[in-house]
Amino acid sequence: MAKKLGKRMRQKQVRKNKWYEYQDKSYKFIALAATGIGILVLVVLLWDVFSDGFSRIDLKFLMDSSSRKAKNAGIYAALGGTLWIMALTTLIAFPIGIGAGIYLEEYNTKGRMSNLLEINISNLAGIPSIIYGLLGLEIFSRTLMLGDTAITGALTLSLLILPIIIVSTREALKTVPYNLREASLALGATKWQTIWYQILPASIPGIVTGAILAISRAIGETAPLIVIGAATYITSVPSWPNESFTVLPIQIFYWIGKPQHDFQVNAAAAIIILLAITFIMNGAAVYLRYRWQKKIKW
Amino acid sequence: MKRSEKVIESFLFACSLLTILTTAGIISVLLFETARFFQVVSIWDFLTDTEWSPSFAKEQQHFGIMPLLAGTFLTTFIAMAVAVPLGITIAVYLSEYASSRVRQIVKPVLEILASIPTIVYGYFALAFVTPLIQHLFPGLELSNFNALAPGIIMGIMILPLVSSLSEDALYAVPRTLREGSYAMGATKFQTAFKVIIPAALSGIAVSIILALSRAVGETMIVAIAAGNKPTLTFNPLNQVQTATTYIVQTVNGDVANDSIEYKTIYAVGMSLFVITLLLNNISFWLKKRYQQVYK
Repeated sequence: MAKKLGKRMRQKQVRKNKWYEYQDKSYKFIALAATGIGILVLVVLLWDVFSDGFSRIDLKFLMDSSSRKAKNAGIYAALGGTLWIMALTTLIAFPIGIGAGIYLEEYNTKGRMSNLLEINISNLAGIPSIIYGLLGLEIFSRTLMLGDTAITGALTLSLLILPIIIVSTREALKTVPYNLREASLALGATKWQTIWYQILPASIPGIVTGAILAISRAIGETAPLIVIGAATYITSVPSWPNESFTVLPIQIFYWIGKPQHDFQVNAAAAIIILLAITFIMNGAAVYLRYRWQKKIKW
Repeated sequence: MKRSEKVIESFLFACSLLTILTTAGIISVLLFETARFFQVVSIWDFLTDTEWSPSFAKEQQHFGIMPLLAGTFLTTFIAMAVAVPLGITIAVYLSEYASSRVRQIVKPVLEILASIPTIVYGYFALAFVTPLIQHLFPGLELSNFNALAPGIIMGIMILPLVSSLSEDALYAVPRTLREGSYAMGATKFQTAFKVIIPAALSGIAVSIILALSRAVGETMIVAIAAGNKPTLTFNPLNQVQTATTYIVQTVNGDVANDSIEYKTIYAVGMSLFVITLLLNNISFWLKKRYQQVYK
């Protein structure tokens, strides 16, 4: 009797184990499918944009400016404006962001102030970009009377990407081992000399990687620039930062809003250019990080 | 200390102080303009009126934020319904099942999704996803602008955020817990769902809340594909207007500088700011607690 019961229980256990095994295997299948969905959407998106717009891209498309006729319209002014914004944002955001990162990591002593700065920066990183647009509109465009110019756009985007640069600078500085600092200080170098001659050179690839990612984020930003009033219809590249401007994402937004099919094609073509710039920058960042991690072994 | 060193240090300090100034700037700009808005419109109306029509003639003007919030929450809800199950499944797969080689390939590929400018997603939702749904389900009365397609695509956009942060949280669970579970004869599935996920729950919650906050503040996808009709609806087939979309579409038109319409964008911006600030602080608080557990 007891023997029989034991056998039944064993059989039950075997069935249960089989079920667990089945459960495990099917979950693996589902998980693979879930991962596949993410990648599939990416592939379909790229395929859709390319099939819509690739044939439209030629030298004329790159060299023509906005026009009311879709076939004559190009992205010259938008591309030029994007380059202006990139250059200005880099000039403004990098020194400030890296400086703040150095201060927080190397100088700041743990205390209430550092806590406040820390919480504040992580909060800034979570504020929707359109709110930065409202800030730029009110402070730079109206109060400082800079208007809807390239410099207003660059200042606004600089504030937007500042948290990213600060955080990545701090991460890069953290990887430099402490005995490097101690060795330098022991040889009589001052704090700043230690930072400038030892710590920064050692962490520069990490800082640059973060900075590139921040700028590639700024290139794709549309909403804050629309809010500060970047022009949607503009035919020339600004010759100086105090002129009005347009950028690729805004040109795309303007074209998407048009009912005619030809403008949609233009939008897709401009998207390909925008994606190309974004991917090249992200690729550069990934490559830099890879080389850096490989080369430096403390 | 040499004087030049002092100068450098104060410059660096000024740089980090700028982040505080930015926050102060944002809050004061929003407060100032919102206060002027509430001199004209009562807060009670703003919070309870079910109609939003600031551009109408004066007698028919309504300033109820609810339709905009309904649009925002509807698209956000759809995005979360896509991103959370997919993201957590991917995270579990990458941290518990996949070989390190697969992880090394899949993670960066998924992160490409996060680097795509949102205007591109907007185009994709409008020009591809909406027609695709209309084609696949002809019975569905999906308007050309709707909450469904941008919601789904927004879910794909925040997918890497959920999967990446959740994977970090799962990965951080000590090995001994896994080994203990396997030693008891548990399968990977049982270990993942009965041991690892509960242990990493607060880390997963952080990723979900951050994704939520991102979806609430996301602008271009909804501005392009969700429409511009503020309606108090929870039907994803209808067109809606989100808080962010309202701001974009209002500044994009011609709004007189000192009109009440101009002030609305700040009142809406303030609402958006308060919601995301709340979410961010919840995640910050959770993160702090969760880090203490694993020290």
